[in-house]
Amino acid sequence: MERFIFYFIAAIILVFSVLTVSSRRILRAAVYLLFVLLATAGFYFLLNYNFLAAVQLTVYSGGIVVLIVFAILLTAHLDHRLPKPNRLKAGFSGLLAVTGLVLTLFAISRFEFVRSPLVTEGPYNIEEIGTRLLSYGDYGYVLPFEVISVLLLAAMVAAIIVAKKSIKND
Amino acid sequence: MIEGIEVFDVLVVSTAMFFIGIYGFMVRKNLITILMSVELILNAVNINFVIFNKYLYPDMLQGYIFSLFVTGIAAAEAAVAIAIILNVYRHMKGIDVEQVDTMKY
Repeated sequence: MERFIFYFIAAIILVFSVLTVSSRRILRAAVYLLFVLLATAGFYFLLNYNFLAAVQLTVYSGGIVVLIVFAILLTAHLDHRLPKPNRLKAGFSGLLAVTGLVLTLFAISRFEFVRSPLVTEGPYNIEEIGTRLLSYGDYGYVLPFEVISVLLLAAMVAAIIVAKKSIKND
Repeated sequence: MIEGIEVFDVLVVSTAMFFIGIYGFMVRKNLITILMSVELILNAVNINFVIFNKYLYPDMLQGYIFSLFVTGIAAAEAAVAIAIILNVYRHMKGIDVEQVDTMKY
């Protein structure tokens, strides 16, 4: 049963990924991207990674897609269609992407993945994740946590400064 | 762990998603669609982290926590990118990459 759910989710991800990069209406492309991100959240739920799925739903499909939709509405007319890509360029890009895909999958298929004998079903509890994020000891992640907090602050300030209308220009 | 699904099956999906993103990055001309392709690429990387954590090292949390970090960085990147796009649109009256070929204010 879970297997078929996985195939279903994989089909959704692949079809809507292709539609995201090929749709000529930009708002529809954003909605297809939303479907891809939702399907990814469904995949995390299937793996019992509930907290990660919740983060995916809120940050990606809640935050980023809404931000992208706002940017689209501010910069494009809704009935505007993107021009068709140059056939030669699209062909070469497609060829390059397919070549890279085949090469990578070939390399991966040659690699022997050693499955861990441990089986941990059920969700990790959030308490353990929070403790790991803030611990100094082994397998503690306080340094990347602090670095990313500074990064988020810098990104927030930068976004405000860049998007602000300059007074001189007004 | 999903019954009957190996690591390779999931890696096929995420690799395909990654290269679809690469294709979109090369073909698209509008800055926002390029940003969407980058989101696809980051999402594929996230799936990789998660599946390695689940299947190969289920007793540790590295993949889990790093996919949280990747999500945060994707959010920061999207915010800055959209601020830049709005600013470019204000100055150049368009957001096609071919139009934006000057650093002049």
